[in-house]
Amino acid sequence: MAGTAISGRLTGRLVWQRATLLAVTEETAGARSLAFEVPGWPGHLGGQHVDLRLTADDGYTAQRSYSMSAPAGGDLVTITVQRVDDGEVSPYLVDQLRIGDAVELRGPVGGWFVWRPTDPAPVLLVGGGSGVVPLMAMIRARRAAGSRVPFRLIYSVRTPADVLFARELRQPPIADGGLDTAWVYTREAPAGAAGLPHRITLSDLTAHGWPADLEPMCFVCGPTGFVEAVATALVDLGHPADRVKTERFGPSGS
Amino acid sequence: MTLSPGFRGRHRSQAAGLPPGQYLTTDFPVLSAGPTPRISRERWEFTIRTEHQVEHRWSWSQLQQLPVQTPTVDLHCVTKWSKLATSWRGVSLDDLFAGVDTAAEFAMVHSFGGYTTNLPVADLLDGKAWIVHTYEGADLHPEHGGPARLLVPHLYLWKSAKWVRGIELMVQNRPGFWEGVGYHDYGDPWREQRYQGD
Amino acid sequence: MALDGNTLAGPLSELFAVDVTAAVSRCAGCGQQDAVADLLVYGPDPGWVARCPGCDSVVLRIVRGPSAVWLDLHGSAALRIPL
Repeated sequence: MAGTAISGRLTGRLVWQRATLLAVTEETAGARSLAFEVPGWPGHLGGQHVDLRLTADDGYTAQRSYSMSAPAGGDLVTITVQRVDDGEVSPYLVDQLRIGDAVELRGPVGGWFVWRPTDPAPVLLVGGGSGVVPLMAMIRARRAAGSRVPFRLIYSVRTPADVLFARELRQPPIADGGLDTAWVYTREAPAGAAGLPHRITLSDLTAHGWPADLEPMCFVCGPTGFVEAVATALVDLGHPADRVKTERFGPSGS
Repeated sequence: MTLSPGFRGRHRSQAAGLPPGQYLTTDFPVLSAGPTPRISRERWEFTIRTEHQVEHRWSWSQLQQLPVQTPTVDLHCVTKWSKLATSWRGVSLDDLFAGVDTAAEFAMVHSFGGYTTNLPVADLLDGKAWIVHTYEGADLHPEHGGPARLLVPHLYLWKSAKWVRGIELMVQNRPGFWEGVGYHDYGDPWREQRYQGD
Repeated sequence: MALDGNTLAGPLSELFAVDVTAAVSRCAGCGQQDAVADLLVYGPDPGWVARCPGCDSVVLRIVRGPSAVWLDLHGSAALRIPL
């Protein structure tokens, strides 16, 4: 496969590869991060996806696309999966898959919703629920690259117990200097939080985002309704539509 | 092939008597190719247009005046699930075609929202197809094609167009929405006619 | 419920060496231009259907059979692919 020496698969036909589960991190009661070993993985950019395929012993297969939650690190590919209760694939990945088990992966794919460490523009990340996953990959890629590009993250989440990557975002490592995180709780805010639970508003974006004059690159990821609302608000605040990149997810990602 | 130990997939089991390659399901999966149309019964109408451009129209209340039939049938979806003994209420296509003068061999079924599917006229007649509006005793939910859908259970379920609004009779065959991108022109589950060339 | 065109990155990478999700397509129905990543997407079964966010017209369809892929682009008047 081409591109072994560069970050991200740039050319070449996509093939399924065997991926062995190496490590698991419990993130919340309903989500965990899965680190797979994929020999010969070509590397990837923050925001890219991987397609995952499961095969039952009778030959039945199911396939889903997941965002990676960590930047490239050798042959390691990390995704973070939120359980969708009536889903077909996510309950298996969150509750059943054990260290040493294998799935098939192909990727990386997607060249649109990605952050490149060479881009000097300030970055606004707006995540709703598990939409924070590809944004986390960008934050970690920034750290790995030693980048000083200023990042702001606005993370909208139901309750404190639903926060993914909580420790890393609440007590960021020193290398995350220049990353500011703001929280919007939609159902239940932690004790001592300023303001009542609410859906994200224009004033959240004004208070915790960047002025449009700074020409930031904005990445918005979450459920369809959340993404539409935030992207519309950002354009209303003067951000050019082509500086607002979006990614929506729905039940098909279950 | 890499097997994932313990992975079973959606509630399904292999059962005797199903068409080849099908699994049994007890839920009713919803597959969509676009936004779900919301059509009120007041706005609903159904049209058969012949090859001579003669139009036959039924409003919702006119449809209700035709004889009611209550088919109980098995459904076979091309995505490999089958659902047995589903019960429906509706009108036979035989009654709708009773006053239609046509020699056309092919039909294009049209839906609200733009979906189309083609099949031979013969497969709509002789007690093989219905316009149904009630599923398991309740009004057909918009997700499953309500207010009314076509039901042609002897063919794969994509032929049973949801949100049906009319039938265009054609002298020459033409592919519908899925038939134009690889799915089989006829779609007989017992002969496993999923894709073109099957 | 709809996903967006980002989810087509895998299926399209099976066919193209360049990343088509970053391409801009012009809707043959209404003329609106969008990144393929921003199209409204339904699927994966029976096939992927990408629609124009402006007018809901079908812009692109992909059906994956066991031995062939069908790709229909007739709803896209043009695709601008960045190199």
